[in-house]
Amino acid sequence: MKVRLLQLAHARSGDKGDTANVGLIALRDEFYPLLLREVTAERVKKHFTGICQGEVERFELPNLGALNFLLHESLGGGGTLSLMTDAQGKTFSTALLRMEIEVADDEAETLGLRGATEN
Amino acid sequence: MKEKIRIAAGQGFWGDLPDAPVRQAEGGPIDYLMLDYLAEVTMSIMQKQKARDPDAGYARDFVPLMKQILPTCVDRDIKVVANAGGVNVAGCAAAVREVARELGLEGKLKIGIVTGDDILDRIDDLIARGIELRNMDTDESLSTVRDRIQSANAYLGAAPIVEALNEGAQVVITGRATDTGLTLGPMIHEFGWAANDWDRLASGTIAGHIIECGAQCSGGNCQYEWQSIPDLANVGFPIAEASPDGTFVITKHEGTGGRVNVPSVKEQLLYEMGDPHAYITPDCVADFTTIQLADAGADRVRVFGIKGRPATDSLKVSISYSSGFKAVGTLVYAWPDAYEKAKAADKILRARLDRLGLKFEHVLTEFVGANATHGPLAGEPSRDLAEVQLRIGVRGNDRKAIERFTKEIAPLILTGPPAVTGFAGGRPKVEEIVAYWPALIPKSEIQSKVEILEV
Repeated sequence: MKVRLLQLAHARSGDKGDTANVGLIALRDEFYPLLLREVTAERVKKHFTGICQGEVERFELPNLGALNFLLHESLGGGGTLSLMTDAQGKTFSTALLRMEIEVADDEAETLGLRGATEN
Repeated sequence: MKEKIRIAAGQGFWGDLPDAPVRQAEGGPIDYLMLDYLAEVTMSIMQKQKARDPDAGYARDFVPLMKQILPTCVDRDIKVVANAGGVNVAGCAAAVREVARELGLEGKLKIGIVTGDDILDRIDDLIARGIELRNMDTDESLSTVRDRIQSANAYLGAAPIVEALNEGAQVVITGRATDTGLTLGPMIHEFGWAANDWDRLASGTIAGHIIECGAQCSGGNCQYEWQSIPDLANVGFPIAEASPDGTFVITKHEGTGGRVNVPSVKEQLLYEMGDPHAYITPDCVADFTTIQLADAGADRVRVFGIKGRPATDSLKVSISYSSGFKAVGTLVYAWPDAYEKAKAADKILRARLDRLGLKFEHVLTEFVGANATHGPLAGEPSRDLAEVQLRIGVRGNDRKAIERFTKEIAPLILTGPPAVTGFAGGRPKVEEIVAYWPALIPKSEIQSKVEILEV
């Protein structure tokens, strides 16, 4: 079933020039392997279509149960150049939490997850 | 040697809660108060101020703050470390000395002045000698913006702050320095860490990263169970309680609001992070993938296990330069069909700008309340929205075109779609854009200087 990342993680985003970083942190340690497997850089890039014009890089922080994504060219030039309301990318965090991933029913049951459509 | 030192963050940025540093100094035992005043392009504002008035060019707010808390700091032996000096560190120190004398602290206070970061006058010489200061993000040559540069400063690390503290300074004022250095410096001074003790330097660096944004690690901007975070009106800014072995505890004063827990600290750790294996500072390279966190009681998180690697041969340089103008206009459209009205207004406005022959480098329309923050991810807006704010911004090099744009917003009230308001703010201001150019410079090119000013 489809599960929204909002159920699995909390997040914090920031900026470095025209790049937004989004840190995705597992709400519980046991969710991390699922995030690691399913939230790939490629899928995140697809999720941010229309927002992220450049590449997406992914870094792993197993010690924190977290992934860090760099979304290049996503802040309209960034900093003082950008005309965006969110020129600092501070709401990209929850934008990523909208993303849905596919989870096998038995894994979902083990982890105690509800389907995205039930939210 | 002290067993532990408590380093309190006084503000997360220039413009943060004005009371926060006072509450840190008065709200419980601390040893150090660190304050960050410099965003990426703040130096350009300060250079402009100095050009108009040679005594200016530093964070003016720092001086009245010192007036307010210096007696407490002297009484309680709290040292202050701040990058409030901007491009006139000596001027800032002199102003603080004057205030200290007014408070009767003559002979009782030493102010440390850290300089050497400013390379504005050296740019042509550096380029002539092959130090190109190419843009770290785009690899462009500095010559593309050479005639528009407004400031240029290298990020100094902890070492000159340590030197100032070693020489007895109780207030250390720097120009451009890394935020993390403001926290690491006191630790090196107190614990005598060697310049190549990479693991401990990385620990101090990471402590600095955690507290440098103020309450953003102690309950502010915290997504984890945000609705249950108590009393943010009275949020406690963070304190790093550091030990000589490099481990530390993140906490806050008793009786303050907010919440320090593993999730809140994790959120701040991930903030503005690039490659976590290699968080590069002048002092070391810190590896965020080695950080271990553990709850250590209510509003206490222990941080340990950190590993670091040798520092690089370069310092980061922040150069600011003029890059055109921008302006943003907004209007609010009410139900029914708020989104449709806002879109129609945008279309009318753009047609008028076209007809006027106005050229811009970039025009951006957003619909606040519908999809300004998440764009296409927000999906189709509900037809029943109470109101939508049309927000349209333009950017370009032609100041006249930007000014002309600002005159086209208010007329939409009487010449555009109905049920419109939100114009009482008046005509939008034309803003001069100062952009940021990050570069690298060999460490051998920068000599920091420490002077002690006796009050």
